[in-house]
Parts: sequence; C-alpha cells; structure tokens
Amino acid sequence: MAANFAALRSQVELALAGRVVAPFNYRDRQEVVTVSSGISEIDLLTGGLPRGALTEIFGPSCSGRTSLLLSALSARTAQQEACALIDGGDAFDPHSAEAAGVELRKLLWVRCRNVEQTLRATDLLLQGGSFGLIAVDLSDIAPQLVRHVPLDSWFRFRRAVEDTPTILMLLEQESNAKSCASLGLRLEAGVAGWSRMPVEGAAESAPGCAAGGPVNYSRLPWGWLLEGTSARGEVSRSRVQKGNAGYFRGGFAAAAGAAREGIFRTRMDWDFFSLPIAAKRK
Amino acid sequence: MVQAVLRAEGELRDREKAVALVDETAPLINVVAANDAAWRAGIQLGMAQTQAQLCGVEIRRRSRAQEKAAHAALLDLGWSMSPRVEEHAQDTILADLAGLNSLFGAEENIAREFARRAAELHLRVQVAVSTNLEVAVHAARGFAGITVIPEGEEARYLSGLPAQTLAPSAEALETLERWGIRTCAALGALPVLELSERLGQEGVRLQELARGAHTRALVLAEPVEILEEEMELDDAVEDLEPLAFVLGRLLDQVCARLAARALSAAAIRVRFDLGDAFEKEEQVLNEQFSTKRFGEKTGIRAAGVNAVDGNGQSGTSAAKAELKMRANVVAKATTHKDSRVTTQAQDFSASVNCKDAEKTYEKVLNLPVPMRDSKMLLKLLRLQLQADPPSGAIVKITLGADPARPRSTQHGLFVPNSPDPEKLELTVARLAKLVGNANIGSPELTDTHRPGEFRMNRFFPQMNETRGRGRASKKSASDGNGEPAARRPATGCRIFRPRLAARVELREGRPAKIFFRGLYGRVVTASGPWRISGDWWREDAWQQEEWDLQIAFDGESAGVSASVLMNAPANMHAIAPVQDVKAQMRAGLYCVYYDGACRSWFVRGMYD
Repeated sequence: MAANFAALRSQVELALAGRVVAPFNYRDRQEVVTVSSGISEIDLLTGGLPRGALTEIFGPSCSGRTSLLLSALSARTAQQEACALIDGGDAFDPHSAEAAGVELRKLLWVRCRNVEQTLRATDLLLQGGSFGLIAVDLSDIAPQLVRHVPLDSWFRFRRAVEDTPTILMLLEQESNAKSCASLGLRLEAGVAGWSRMPVEGAAESAPGCAAGGPVNYSRLPWGWLLEGTSARGEVSRSRVQKGNAGYFRGGFAAAAGAAREGIFRTRMDWDFFSLPIAAKRK
Repeated sequence: MVQAVLRAEGELRDREKAVALVDETAPLINVVAANDAAWRAGIQLGMAQTQAQLCGVEIRRRSRAQEKAAHAALLDLGWSMSPRVEEHAQDTILADLAGLNSLFGAEENIAREFARRAAELHLRVQVAVSTNLEVAVHAARGFAGITVIPEGEEARYLSGLPAQTLAPSAEALETLERWGIRTCAALGALPVLELSERLGQEGVRLQELARGAHTRALVLAEPVEILEEEMELDDAVEDLEPLAFVLGRLLDQVCARLAARALSAAAIRVRFDLGDAFEKEEQVLNEQFSTKRFGEKTGIRAAGVNAVDGNGQSGTSAAKAELKMRANVVAKATTHKDSRVTTQAQDFSASVNCKDAEKTYEKVLNLPVPMRDSKMLLKLLRLQLQADPPSGAIVKITLGADPARPRSTQHGLFVPNSPDPEKLELTVARLAKLVGNANIGSPELTDTHRPGEFRMNRFFPQMNETRGRGRASKKSASDGNGEPAARRPATGCRIFRPRLAARVELREGRPAKIFFRGLYGRVVTASGPWRISGDWWREDAWQQEEWDLQIAFDGESAGVSASVLMNAPANMHAIAPVQDVKAQMRAGLYCVYYDGACRSWFVRGMYD
C-alpha cells in the first residue's frame, strides 16, 4: 500500500515537474508586500496596494476611480517601474495623467474595443511579466457585460500575478472578481469642490448684476472654478494580513485597524493645463 | 557553388550527400559543379541534368543569390578573426594574422579556430597559413584541411600542386601541357628568361607563383553595412506558415554572421519578390531579349561564365573540370563578341530589377534594442507579416539585418525589475496584432494647446536612466522608504472617444439643461465659458468654449433622444447601452464645450 502511494506520489511529481515545485508540500501563505497607492487616505484605509495580487476598485461614475488609478500610476512610475494600462473603453486621458504626475514614457497604454480584447490583452501582459502595475480599466463597459466574464478568468489572473511583484488593478462599476481579489475597494462620489471669485460688496444671494450696484461674481458662471472632487472609499474585501512585513510603513496599522472607510479629495491643476509642453515637462 | 547550396540545406550538409549543381545554358540544363561524393558517383562537368539524375545524386539548381550570401559569410568569418581581410575571390579570403598569437596561440590553433568558426556558419573550409599571400591562397586551394607553411619552405610545399592551381590563362595552360609541365615544381624549375620569351610576363608571374616568390600587399576589404541572405524558392509560396521555415533558416544564417562579427541586429529587413509579377516581368524580358539579341546562345553562356570565374568549388578534381570548361567557353565567347552580349544582358537585368521593385513586398522590423536571437526575431517577424501579409505568391526572399553593437546593461541593485526588452517586444507585437498597431504604445503630449492632442510612441521604458522627467518624480518627496510621499491627488478625467454630440439649453448665457446619450440632465453648477482657440493659420483651426458642468440626470428625454442619438457615435451602444447609461449617470461632473467651427455642443469627458 505504502509502495503504491509512493509510486503514485512520484508519478504526480514527475507529471508536474517544471510547473509546480513541490506539489505535496504545504504552501505557506506569503506575507503580502504592499506599496503606496499615492493617496494617503487610501493607504491608511487599505494598507496600500498589494503586490502579486488582484486589487479591485469599483464604484459608479465620478467616484474617483480614475483619480486613484492615476495616483497609483504616478507613484509606480516615479519609482521607475514600468506600468501598463489596458483601457477597455479607450477613455484614458494622457493630459490629466501627466498632470497627475504619471511618467507617460513608462506607461504602456493598450486601447481595447471590447471585453474580449481587454481580457486577452491582460493575459498577454501578465505572461510578459515584470510590470510594476497592470491596470485593467473596465469602468466604461456595461456592468452586465462584465458580469458575463467567467469567474475562472479572474482566478487565472490572480494565479498569473501570484508570486510576482506586479500589482494587478481592476477598475469596474461593480465588483465581479469576488474572492479572487485580495483587496476590494468600493468608491462613491462625494461633493465637488468649487471655488468662487471674491464677492465685492453685495450679499451672496443678491442677483449677479444688480442695477447700479456692485457685481456679485459668484452668481456668474465664470466666477466659479472647479477645484476638485471628493470620494469616499470603503474596503469591501482585504487579505492584507495583520503584521504585514511589507515595506510600506503606513499601511500596517491601518490594515489591522477597525477603520473601513475613508474620504479623499482630489484637485484640479488648472495651471498645468495652461502651460506649454516644454514647461510641463520641466 | 556547392558550399553555398549545402550551407542553406542542412540535411544535405549533415548527411554528406552527393550533390550536383545544374545551371541553365539554354536549351540544355547542364551540371556546373558537384561535391566530391558526386564526382565519385560518376558525375562529370557539362553532363546533362537527365544524365546526372541517373547517377543517383541530389540535383540542385545553381543559386547566385546563395553564392553571394556564402561569400559574404566567408568575409564575416574573416572579420570575426582579424580586422584586416582581403576579398580575394568568390571562394577565397585572405586574413592578416598579425597579433592573433596572443589570443589563440600557435598558427595551427589560429587555423583551427578559423575552421571551427566556419563550421558555425555552416561552411567547410580549407585553411592555409603562410607568410606569403599567394602561397597561402594556392595552398588553401590545393591542400585539404589545415596547412601551416613555415617561412622559407613555400616552394617545397607548392611543388606537388598541379600547375592549374596557379590559375593560368587558357593559352598558357595549353602551352604548359604541351611542354609536359604539370606541377608547380616543374614550372618553378624553368629558366625565367626563356619562359618570358615564350609566355611573356604571365610566364614570369606563374614561375614566381610556383616558387612561392611572388609578393604583394594585402588589399583590404570594406565591411558591409547590411548583412543579407537570399533564397529563391523552386515553387511560389502563398501561405506564411510554410514560409516560416525558410525565414527561420535565413534568420539563423544572418544571426550566425552577426555573432561572428560580435554584432546584433538593430532592424530586420525582409523583401519578397512576388510570383505573378516576377513571371510577367520574365516574359517581358524574354520578348525584349529575343528582339534585341546580339549574339547566339554561346554568348549568353559567356556572360554566365564570368560569374563562374569566381566559383566556390574546392578540390583538385573540381578545379580541373572547371578549368577545362572555362577554357572551352572562353574560346567560343571570343568568336562571338562576348563583351557586347554581356553588356546587353546586364542592361536587361537592371531593367528587370527596376520593374520588380514595384512588385516586391518589403517590411522593416525595427527593434527597440539590438537582438541576435533568431527564434525571437522569427516570432516578431511572423507577427509583423501576419498583421500585413504580402499580396501574392512569394518566389524569392531577401532577408537583411542592420548591424549594431550588442546591448550592454548594468543593472542597479536598487533599480526595480523591468520587463526584459526582447520579451517585452514580443508581448507588444502580440498585443499590436490583437488591438492594432495604432492602439498600443506610450502616449506623449504634443506641443500644442489643442485639447486632447497626443501621439502614440513605441513603448520602451528606459529603466536605467536617472529619475524621470515626470512631475511626480521631481515634485514628490520620498517618505524614507523609497516610496513617494502621498499628496493630494489630481482629478482624473475620462475622455469620450469619439466625442459625444450634445444639445444644450442656455439660460442667461449659461447651460441650464443638457441632452446627450439619450439622457436629459439638469445643470446644477456651471463654470465657464473658458474660451480657447488656436491654429488660426491652418485649415483645421479650432475655437471652443469650454464648460465644467455638474449635471443631475433626471430621466430619458422622449423627443430629443432620437436626434441626439443620430449624432452619437455608432459604437456607443457597444460600450454602454442606454439602460446602463441611465443607471450609471445619475449625476456627475462633465467637461462640455461649444465648438465654434461646427457650431455644435459636445461632451469631451467626465471627471472621475
């Protein structure tokens, strides 16, 4: 009996040779290394973005998904890491990315037309390896289409990225990866921030152009300027362990703590958009 | 000639099969060269192809393209050992060995290294080392294997060689044979003065060569800038799959030549001659030639023999046979004004090339880093060809490589891992096949204020450079762990491509209601108009009034949606059906603009 077991065991090991190192050995769950997402509030909430794992960020339109993506890309490219963006809806804006600090030369942008292309492109990039961050943006694809993506695709992605230094970030409107994601973050839109020109004398409720009186610029459209937006983040799933040995310092306490929600604000860098290209690059 | 064919066909080379080469000297197809095994099998020079087939040898058609490539490979072999190389003949090179002793040791070791490297290039060579250039040439042609001739013993070594090895003219050879002079020793023993009286200066030169006393300087060859390999296919190939084998073989040869010169390829150029075009042009050529010909068929043979002059045959029997043939044909050509015919034939070949240039298919595979891995190059080339296949059947393939210095990198201890350039290039090529070449790359902002303008560059991250030029890398401070300190993030924007047509209702000069994607929205807050314009000196000048709008979507508009949808992009529903749009677009911040050029409203994007 024991001899049969041994023979069977050696046969299995032989069959899996080269693919699985030790199929019968218990595999300890490795401690997840996390890195900064570029937004301190999100880092405090989640403990950072885990490497070698799937991070799912979901929420409705204008909920700050793109801002979080750009921040993460900015942080990774600043660390000289190559990043890839698989753009399911071809909605990426290089101008706002550059304003967010993304080093575009280190970003591979794949403009897809549908879900199938996006998934196949993700497969190819994961096989290619050695990217610091691979972002799969399905935000503009209808939720029911993304829902039809079989679960084994997400599982395959998770397995492909495992034991690699790559962060696989998935952006959607709804959560689909479920248990395949090591970190799930739900985002909701907050209040937009508007700045106003100073009011000269008149009360705020006064009409914009009172006859003979001072002008209330705040009632005029050009008296307002979009300053930024805010978003609320909520951790829906996290496998970032307590006592994480990752090198991102701020994350450990946050991951172990009870806080499950956080709010972050974004800013519009209008000065940047008005600069000529040479000044933008300086 | 035979070496050129064997180099391209590994099976023949490895099994040491008897091979005879035939060439068309209309109306016959005759044997023009063969290897030793074929001579032993009874093959004779000038034998008809049908007769040769009865001897049970492999018959191959002579390929001048392969001979040219084999000659180039031979030169590469020379340059891989020494920077001073002479291009002596089609089958012979001379290399200066000065200074090589410190690298390889004795001269015999150097010669062995030559033979080893030649084998890597799929060439079988005979190597001779001598202090005298001409002695080295004749010894290499006359003796098999490796021959090292000590200084002062040149005459003794050459004495046993037949006089034909010295390549005398047909008349001189005939005279020498009449005299009974058959070896170099006999020729060297003749008195110079009498020989000069009878054979002129050629006799003196031959006598010096036979004694190993003729001296001259090395004539250096210039290294070629593009390494090329060619192959003519017996049958036209239409599918790319069978072509991959041929391309692989050519790439192997090119990479071996690159390796011999310690170089890599910066770009791979492939050119296909397409079948239909080629046949038509051949027809034209034949018609033209039949109307303008100057001489008889013998004249054409003389033109071909000029190329045979530099024959790549080795071995005494082959040399003898070739020499007889050459003497025979030269005699005939003289009577038929061969020079005029040769010139005319060259003109025709030039015209064919010009016409073929329009019918050829060319592809350049530019590589981000110099590469020399033939398998990787083949994969990249196949992906390129699959994306843009040739329009006709292929009859000839020319594959070239632009040589460059190999990539040398020094990885830093604290520099993060970056994708391997070769692997990355393959991944990008596969992605390009999937999404299209225009849809993959690294975006770069262009030097203009026109909204949304950018260009796509080839993605090649320079990871070993110092900190990048990006704003984050300069402005953000590190938190001490190498991570940038988090700061207030920039608002992201999502662009609608192509732009969305919208209908906007203005109230007191500001947008109050907006209709797009079949949805009705109420403007809660508006900021604008931000007037921008540019390129007024061009035809595509632009002028826009931009608004940032906070919109609350209340529901679908019954009357407006149809007209709005007419202007909407065709693929809009593929991205987000109307029901989903309603669900997701409850409220949001949008960038909307009025295009002064077409007097319409559009939604540029959404702040997210």
